[in-house]
Amino acid sequence: MNFSVNEYGYYGNFGGAFIPEMLYPNVKQLQDSYIDIMEDPAFQLEFQQLLKDYVGRPTPLFFAEHLSKQWNTNIYLKREDLCHTGAHKINNTIGQVLLAKRLGKTRIIAETGAGQHGVATATVCALMGLPCVVYMGEKDMARQASNVARMKMLGATVVPVSSGSKTLKDATNEAIRDWINHAADTHYIIGSVVGPHPYPDMVARFQSVISAEIKSQLLERTGNELPTHVIACVGGGSNAAGAFYHFLNDDQVQLIAVEAAGCGIDSGKSAATTQLGTMGILHGSKSLLMQTADGQVTEPHSISAGLDYPGIGPLHAHLFESGRARFLWATDDEAMAAAMHLSKTAGIIPALESAHALHALTQLEWKPSDVVVICLSGRGDKDLDTYMKNLPS
Amino acid sequence: MQNKLTHLFEQHHRPILNMYCTAGYPELNSTGEVMKALQAHGADIIELGMPYSDPLADGPVIQFSNSIALQNGMSIAVLLEQLLQINPSMHIPVILMGYLNPILQFGMEKFCREASAAGVTGLIIPDLPMHEFENEYQDMFLQYGLCFIFLISPETSEARIRKIDTLGSGFIYAVSSSATTGQAIDMQQQEAYLARLKSLQLRNPILVGFGIKDHAGFSKISSYVQGAIIGSAYILALRSGGDISTITKEFVNTIREKAELPKTN
Ligand SMILES: Cc1ncc(COP(=O)(O)O)c(C=O)c1O
Repeated sequence: MNFSVNEYGYYGNFGGAFIPEMLYPNVKQLQDSYIDIMEDPAFQLEFQQLLKDYVGRPTPLFFAEHLSKQWNTNIYLKREDLCHTGAHKINNTIGQVLLAKRLGKTRIIAETGAGQHGVATATVCALMGLPCVVYMGEKDMARQASNVARMKMLGATVVPVSSGSKTLKDATNEAIRDWINHAADTHYIIGSVVGPHPYPDMVARFQSVISAEIKSQLLERTGNELPTHVIACVGGGSNAAGAFYHFLNDDQVQLIAVEAAGCGIDSGKSAATTQLGTMGILHGSKSLLMQTADGQVTEPHSISAGLDYPGIGPLHAHLFESGRARFLWATDDEAMAAAMHLSKTAGIIPALESAHALHALTQLEWKPSDVVVICLSGRGDKDLDTYMKNLPS
Repeated sequence: MQNKLTHLFEQHHRPILNMYCTAGYPELNSTGEVMKALQAHGADIIELGMPYSDPLADGPVIQFSNSIALQNGMSIAVLLEQLLQINPSMHIPVILMGYLNPILQFGMEKFCREASAAGVTGLIIPDLPMHEFENEYQDMFLQYGLCFIFLISPETSEARIRKIDTLGSGFIYAVSSSATTGQAIDMQQQEAYLARLKSLQLRNPILVGFGIKDHAGFSKISSYVQGAIIGSAYILALRSGGDISTITKEFVNTIREKAELPKTN
């Protein structure tokens, strides 16, 4: 099976570039140049150097002893939470800001849900001396207040978005509208493997460093570069795409994606796109999408702002449809419990998003010989307010 | 293909005024009233927007009318039903504008068949890319006698405009600037763009839209191309409340006042 995009940006039945004409020149320029730029040795040198010295890569692959004992198997955590700014998001923003400079763009915009992508974008813009505007839903600004403060301190302008559900979907709409209005000088740094071609492929390539490192770290630790399972949470799907990337063609590696079920799949308050969605078009690509029978996009719910999105990237829709990846889900309460458990037993406070991935441990059968890698996509500092509300007093 | 649009552009003796309104705005059942008022008071084409939860190419005014229309219960099925009722009293062309997703969920072929039966002449689907149009839908639109109206922007290359001119029909929708709907436009900058459009000598007529709100803008544009499209400014006028027919009459009269004939076309 093929898991790369074709020339029109399709993974199987999903992908493409469904954009209004006003964005065509920008998107076409990206389509025509992203591979050449990314494969240019000078670009790679600069990118790798920044990943090492600025982001702090490679991130550790940590053997989680307590969890491994508990489940009588071998569990490793890929510590993306130790990246500068606290999540995997910066792998992509470093790459895209370098690309934007090569395209001659002088202004950067981004959308953000949890604020991690916004912070990662504001950070690289501060580093490169570029003006940065971040769109963020009002609801998310309230529940991720510390990240709003960080973005402002980093010099970014944070624009509150009050349309629709006031979360990530609407922030993305506003960012796209900004791009339409400032197409000539602006690069839009999309934060996940969503959006029109080439974004899903470009972001997956920038995030693929996660699985490249897992491979070499596992080889060193165990003598085998292949795990039996890779588990990651899926909002739009960038940390999962990065964690799966170099294993896509290794059929013996089980890929497990975990979506946010909110209050439960059938509660009407969920964000589990593969369970509740149908084929549709959102933010410029054809994928699975939560929508009404009339094709209006529905408002999702998750306790975790980074997973509170009614779609998934086209690669994931293809992995789901083809059966290459297995899709599980965790509810708000289950994610909360998984976060508490990891904090107490491993001394690591995970992001609420990553806690969804941890919950998968309770949903599958494990063998003592299994080698399970969980992508710990981010740290929990941003979620302390939410955690405090749920701590037993 | 002969239809109401081609006929209009062959016969016209004054600048073409295409008026946009979101279907189901301000009330679910005001669509027909708005259409009749526009026809009675001097619009040449009626463009009905099919409301969508995520209208990416639209500014705040049309976003607002979209969300009100959706709250009112408007959908493609309801709209096609309304159009079937009103069609016998419409003699000017009616075109539909909408984003791809709701149309795909309704079913593209069913949509074309029912729209055509309800008297619709053309479609504008801003997020349907040319490649998908050619591969999937071109023949279907042709089969149901529907014009497909492409957008171009000041950034669209000449080669691409020429390709669009061969693929599209009805007219070409030239977006006034690279912007979402309802943004203020710089008339000075417009002139160079308009002159360039005119010099291309395209097969299809051209209407310019986005940000046109008054007589001055309308007549300036009409001195270069066949006419213009007005949306946000009309929605704003309707938003102030009051009798739809009275508001529409005043609005169209203000736009039309002394509007000149195109110098050539
Ligand atoms: C820590 C963390 N994990 C995961 C996500 C979800 O994004 P994606 O699915 O693109 O990895 C986010 C998004 O904000 C995040 O902050």
